Amino acid sequence: MKARWIVLAVVLSLALGSTAALAAERHETLIVGGGTWSAATSWNPLYPNNTNGTVGLVYETLFGYDPLTNQHKPWLAEEGKWISDDVYEVKLRPGIYFSDGQPLTAVDVVFTYELARDNNLTYSPIWRTLKEVKALNLDTVQFVFENPSYQEWQIELYSRAILPKHIWKDVPGEDLMVIANDNPVGSGPYKKLLAGPDRNVWVRDDNWWGNKVFGQPKPKEIVDMIIYENNVALGMLMQRTLDLSNYFIPGVPAIKNLYGLTTWFDGPPYMLPANVAMLILNVNRPPLDDAQFRRALAFAVNPQTIVERVFENMVPLCDSTGLFGGWTAYRDAEVAEKHGFWYDPAIASQMLDEAGYIDLDGDGWRDMPDGSAIQFEIIVPAGWTDWMESIRIIAEAFRAIGVNANPAFPDQALYEQRMQTGNFDMLINNYGSGISGSPYSYWNWVANHNIHREYVTEGNFGRYDNQELFDLIFEFNQLPPLSDESLAVASKIQEILLVDMPSIPFWLNGMWAQMTSQYWTNWPTEDNPIGRPCSWGNQWQFGAIDMLINLQPAR
Amino acid sequence: MGRYLTRKLIIYIITFLFAVTLNWAVPRFAPGDPIKMLLSRFEVMEGGKDILESFFVKTFGLDRSPLQQYVGFWRSLFAGDLGVSISQYPKSVFNIIRGAIIYDFIILLPAIILSWIIGNKLGAFSGVNKKADNFLMPVFYFLTSSPYFWFALVISYVFGIVLGLFPTSHAYSATMRPGWTLAFIWDFFLHWFMPFLSLFLVQLGGWAIGMRNMIIYETNTNYAKYMESLGATERLIRNYGFRNGILPQVTGLAISLGTIVSGAVLTQMVFSYPGLGYLMVQAIKQNDYFLIQGCFLFLIIMVLLANFVIDIIYMFIDPRVRHSYSGEV
Repeated sequence: MKARWIVLAVVLSLALGSTAALAAERHETLIVGGGTWSAATSWNPLYPNNTNGTVGLVYETLFGYDPLTNQHKPWLAEEGKWISDDVYEVKLRPGIYFSDGQPLTAVDVVFTYELARDNNLTYSPIWRTLKEVKALNLDTVQFVFENPSYQEWQIELYSRAILPKHIWKDVPGEDLMVIANDNPVGSGPYKKLLAGPDRNVWVRDDNWWGNKVFGQPKPKEIVDMIIYENNVALGMLMQRTLDLSNYFIPGVPAIKNLYGLTTWFDGPPYMLPANVAMLILNVNRPPLDDAQFRRALAFAVNPQTIVERVFENMVPLCDSTGLFGGWTAYRDAEVAEKHGFWYDPAIASQMLDEAGYIDLDGDGWRDMPDGSAIQFEIIVPAGWTDWMESIRIIAEAFRAIGVNANPAFPDQALYEQRMQTGNFDMLINNYGSGISGSPYSYWNWVANHNIHREYVTEGNFGRYDNQELFDLIFEFNQLPPLSDESLAVASKIQEILLVDMPSIPFWLNGMWAQMTSQYWTNWPTEDNPIGRPCSWGNQWQFGAIDMLINLQPAR
Repeated sequence: MGRYLTRKLIIYIITFLFAVTLNWAVPRFAPGDPIKMLLSRFEVMEGGKDILESFFVKTFGLDRSPLQQYVGFWRSLFAGDLGVSISQYPKSVFNIIRGAIIYDFIILLPAIILSWIIGNKLGAFSGVNKKADNFLMPVFYFLTSSPYFWFALVISYVFGIVLGLFPTSHAYSATMRPGWTLAFIWDFFLHWFMPFLSLFLVQLGGWAIGMRNMIIYETNTNYAKYMESLGATERLIRNYGFRNGILPQVTGLAISLGTIVSGAVLTQMVFSYPGLGYLMVQAIKQNDYFLIQGCFLFLIIMVLLANFVIDIIYMFIDPRVRHSYSGEV
């Protein structure tokens, strides 16, 4: 008996390590989940797969971005504007400092960008148009471009974490993406407290510079739990051991009132939209190389069925152009009216008949004009239940107009390989269609030009090749936001995408969020639209910090 | 004795070399390039992915020929280096496994050993007691044949949500800090209990049924009948039966203990309890060569070790094994 206790003690001590500290009070702790899927490994903002919260909670960006209003929110920057066609000037707020007490100045901003000029980092390509970054004084920075990519800059402004020069100047160039940066020093409202195998804990920095500017975030600690299954998240919501869940949880509309859950909208669609779910067509496989055929498919599906049956009205339908949120400022209503699609299987059938895809051998399925059979497989990764159910409905809809399509569910690794190597007929994907500060990111993903290679990783998995469109997207990037020229180019892009239909936007995936009010109230909702209840990685600067500031303890 | 051990050792070494080689090869020839998979999920500036890709290929030495990679793999293995995970870059595989495996032991070791001891006792009892058997057998069958996932969910729902006795997930409360405090140990125990209980109960049924059948079989063998005719007490016959019946159970125990690192995948999913099993599933999904290699290396070593220990134990509990190798037949 004694021996067993000794074993247990040894085992426990190994598991616990030597850190011992007092527990935090529950009413001062915000417990979130949904943005972290494996144990933390890196707090290095230069490495894109860093721990959720590294950017936003610890490191800060020049601007935040509010997807609801499509406004950039000055954060480290007090203001920023194009002072000429090629020069963007940023004025920093006074009195910003890092958590080690050192001031954050224009020198750090310049350093952050020059780091990418002198080394190979993920944002080094900015130097293709950026010529110089100079600090005019301690709080003014000028970015001097040559033919600036205005649209991409809109995204860059809220994406780049500003690093403390006094720490990072000593990191050798080849180590910049390698180091784990275990003790991150940033300018943000929280600091890393601990990282366990099933959680990351962040503690508030009470000396945060922003307290005086924005107000102090209410939770003393943020515990980001790693939750493997969405039903576990639901159990935790019921037990009130989770305050904010960012999981897709089936059945929320039915149980929301019973368990006192808050969602952004009180009724349908309950959730804010997060990204576009696209049916991507492999345009190199006949008859998917025929635009008429592709367009016919768009008319065959009733996305409302998917929204109702799969998502229980928790997501909105998608506009034919795929544009939502702030992107709709570029939507051309005329083009959408003229070339848009809607559910009408009769039209779909008629289009197929006209194009010569009819049942030649009498087996009940349409054939190619030369008599060969048409058969499609639609794939999504096994286990992604909502998408699995969705493609069952889509396949059913295609079969209803005589197109022989069947769902299949390969493992995720195989799905991604087939997607990237172009070895598929149709699939659902959304990896690059997330809400952003410019529709450029969406178009550049839907119709990326970089497709003549073995593995396609930047989007356009159906390998739709249209140089005219690629040029237009490139041109759009070089035009000032919402200028007349940019709107004109945007219209052309929309028209080509609708007429040629290389992929079909069907519905908008939700920014899943369910909140409980036992410990925290004043959650951002439709009626209280301050901040955005989202703990997903790299989206803290999309209003989640504002949410933290505006939360109220329940007692 | 010496001959027995040498022969066993050689077999183990060959098995090890073969298994580790397979373990190296299978993920590399399976579909799905881990780096391309990682890249497709990043949202970085146009052109940034190409920079990342060349960084990864260089870092992981994937630009070398397969033979060079294979030789390099053995070389670093003997240096005790399991490499760095791709999906959890830049954490080393060894650190990832070390951080997780402890939770497997905490849950599985007590569950397996206690269910084995109690299951065997209950099974033996049930095998000789008709009345108890009528009641216990259906329970055993229910426990062993209910799908674990469903069973664990029921436990979680009943004890966690409805009765509110135990927390439904994770290793300890969100507000707890690990440390040697009574409050923490109690909190840890509460979180540990349901994952433990679910595994304990499900395994209990299997062990008990096995033992019950063995006892019934043994008490009907010729040697038992012979003992009976000599006037041996029922208790003595039962004890002999138990000694014989335990042999296959010991083998079963060894296999359970050997596969301990992969045994609790579903437990970890249902209770979001940390551990190696879930990690392994994730590694396979993302085809993270190095993490898969590391996890399976542990698995191989554990299975071989457990088998080796059992081989030795067999020499003590089964005289036939001992005699066949020392030639004292």
